[in-house]
Amino acid sequence: MAAYLVRRLLVSLLILLGVSFITFVLLYALPADPVRQIAGRSATAQTVENIRAQLGLDQPLMVQYWRYLTGLVQGDLGRSYLQRSEVSELIAARLPATLLLMAGAIGCELILGLTMGIVAALKRGSATDNTLMIASFVGVSAPQFVVGLLLLYVFAVQLKWFPIGGYGTLAHLVLPSVTLGIMGSGWYSRMMRSSMVDVLRADYIRTARAKGLTRARVILRHALPNAILPIIAMIGIDIGIFMGGIVVVESVFGWPGIGQLAWQAIQRVDIPIIMGVTLVSACAIVLGNLLADLVTPFIDPRIRLR
Amino acid sequence: MRKLLATTALLAAMAGAPALAQDYTPDPNAKEGGSITITYKDDVATLDPAIGYDWQNWSMIKSIFDGLMDYVPGTTDLRPGLAESYEISDDGMTYTFKLRPGVKFHNGREMTAEDVKYSLNRVTNPTTQSPGAGFFGAIEGYDAMADGSATELSGVSTPGESTVVIKLSRPDATFLHVMALNFASVVPQEAVEAAGADFGKQPVGTGAFKLAEWTIGQRLVFEKNADYWREGIPYLDQITFEVGQEPIVALLRLQNGEVDVPGDGIPPAKFVEVMNDPEQAARVVEGGQLHTGYITMNVTMPPFDDVKVRKAVNMAINKERIIQIINGRAVPATQPLPPSMPGYTEGYEGYKYDVEGAKALLAEAGHPDGFETELFVMNTDPNPRIAQAIQQDLSQIGIKASIQSLAQANVIAAGGEKDQAPMIWSGGMAWIADFPDASNFYGPILGCAGAVQGGWNWSWYCNEELDKEAAEADSMADPAQKDARLAKWSDVYMKIMEDAPWVPVFNEQRYTMKSARMGGDDALYVDPVSIPVNYDYVYVTE
Repeated sequence: MAAYLVRRLLVSLLILLGVSFITFVLLYALPADPVRQIAGRSATAQTVENIRAQLGLDQPLMVQYWRYLTGLVQGDLGRSYLQRSEVSELIAARLPATLLLMAGAIGCELILGLTMGIVAALKRGSATDNTLMIASFVGVSAPQFVVGLLLLYVFAVQLKWFPIGGYGTLAHLVLPSVTLGIMGSGWYSRMMRSSMVDVLRADYIRTARAKGLTRARVILRHALPNAILPIIAMIGIDIGIFMGGIVVVESVFGWPGIGQLAWQAIQRVDIPIIMGVTLVSACAIVLGNLLADLVTPFIDPRIRLR
Repeated sequence: MRKLLATTALLAAMAGAPALAQDYTPDPNAKEGGSITITYKDDVATLDPAIGYDWQNWSMIKSIFDGLMDYVPGTTDLRPGLAESYEISDDGMTYTFKLRPGVKFHNGREMTAEDVKYSLNRVTNPTTQSPGAGFFGAIEGYDAMADGSATELSGVSTPGESTVVIKLSRPDATFLHVMALNFASVVPQEAVEAAGADFGKQPVGTGAFKLAEWTIGQRLVFEKNADYWREGIPYLDQITFEVGQEPIVALLRLQNGEVDVPGDGIPPAKFVEVMNDPEQAARVVEGGQLHTGYITMNVTMPPFDDVKVRKAVNMAINKERIIQIINGRAVPATQPLPPSMPGYTEGYEGYKYDVEGAKALLAEAGHPDGFETELFVMNTDPNPRIAQAIQQDLSQIGIKASIQSLAQANVIAAGGEKDQAPMIWSGGMAWIADFPDASNFYGPILGCAGAVQGGWNWSWYCNEELDKEAAEADSMADPAQKDARLAKWSDVYMKIMEDAPWVPVFNEQRYTMKSARMGGDDALYVDPVSIPVNYDYVYVTE
């Protein structure tokens, strides 16, 4: 187990190094010149060269990358060109909001997805089952931008149940969480349904029934804990999927997380911020996958990590 | 030396009568107190006046800081700011500013001539990395600052606590406008040094508002500066800026009464809907802005090196139709300067839309069947749609233009290379004047200085004779020569139109909206200088 963990962590580090290198090279290959953006449109050529030298952007790419890496191991993500603040501070200020949103989305996935999945499995083949599965299909395929605006319009503007975007209270969390989690809910409901259907066919369920237990008790105490296992491991992988979604959802709802930061930085080609957010997201994905792998043996003792 | 201008207070004192000349008539209905909410899509980058140069922070910085010069609210007329009065030497080379006494920074310390000197040295020092440093190029000693061989401008001296003398190395008729730019704001040295690189997050100025709270990525709160040196200003107690709000969401919140001014304006997709609703349309404010949208043609890339081709393109563009794409939110442009800019040539009609004439001219230039070219454009709405309209217009005379739709920074980079972008539609990157003076549309975008690698003169048009004429115009610093100077500028732009390096397409109008409770002259909401809103003079009515 310990050897496995060490090996996985080493591989994770290599992956992160690879991500940092590829992102760095791609961003610096962009034709946009960050120095011109900083210097402004009235700057003379000399001013531009001065600033270029101050930022070390006149150095060869590999030297710049090495400098970035040496900063990185000391926790220095560099300074934003346009915001003129430490990238690590900008990310740290926004990370809690993103984590909260992800937690909300996971909550939504579990509540919506599991309920739908269980009901569909119990009513297998019925009209309810078909409706729920069509709904889950729509949830999986609907673009988040559209879902977000739709929810905003119906529940915030028309019904006034929730605030129109923003951040702060639990009420603010609901719509963005649902938007981000609705895709996962679709997946979860389908997985939960098939997992539940399998479990319900298992011998120990028949035994439990034969003992004369009530239907509710059989489902809640015997079937559910077993059926839910494969889904727990999915949550770690979800984090990676969320990373793509937060850019859209945070922009639509004015949610002050790192997705919004990334979107603004991309539009203005603020390279240090794009770099920073990419690395943080890559870390989250690698960690999420690692966690998913680590919890699996606890959930299912048949799986061993070597 | 001649005394050119004294403040109202001085005039009043001299005449022995109270408040004779007013630069601004206070609104008699104005109420004190209250707080408002403004939204922006993008985060506020910095409130450092030496650095801030974007849509959100421009007017915020104006409210936190002051410079020696200022503008009458809602207009482009200069008035003294932290300077109480000023004198210009006969040769136009020396400016002597007398500072207003008793002005205090937000930290309580009184502002002195030393602060003015420090601020000018700071903004021109290359280590500050100010995007506005180049505006101060006329101050003696600027070049030594720019190349790092000096740390102080030799042309700025402080003979007394409240006197600043600025010597220029060349006459500059725009110098007073430069001293009204945000970049010329007066900052206290001790606060800048205490905050280090984070002065932009902890700004200390002399302005009408001070920063009370800044939660990164969420909101900024400005609080009234009760000791502000302008009597009775500002009216509002507090302004909350909420950032990260999509314009469309901001509009929904405005309709819901949660927002007072959507800082990014009315989103184009909602414009027609808003204007068709009388209740909402009544709260829309329209104003001109010092903006021109244009197509550049790279005069160093054949076939655009032929003036006949450039004229033909000018005649082929149907400007009215392009304006329809943006819901009529513009007026057709005939020349580089926008109509509200001093120096605009009245009565000049530009190149008329004439497809047959354009075809004939193109044939005369040796391209009877047209040619293939590329049109670069920024990739956000409505620019790609405008590019398609331009593409169709060009195909009418046989020019097949393929559209290169790219991110803003990439279009700017392509324009700054001599051989990359034959044509660029300027939308989303277009020139909005830094200060209301005719010269501001020349140097970087049409003069030889901008026709360099990484420059903003994307047509690479460089006419040395016009450069000379422009320099002559800008040396006419004596206010008595004002009309002659404007005539010269008008002449420069007319000669540019003869060479046709641009197709001036339209001058965009600004449309913004306010909540029903907002008060104050409409001009304050489309202020040509304090873009987008002049926060110091607006108020709430309830």
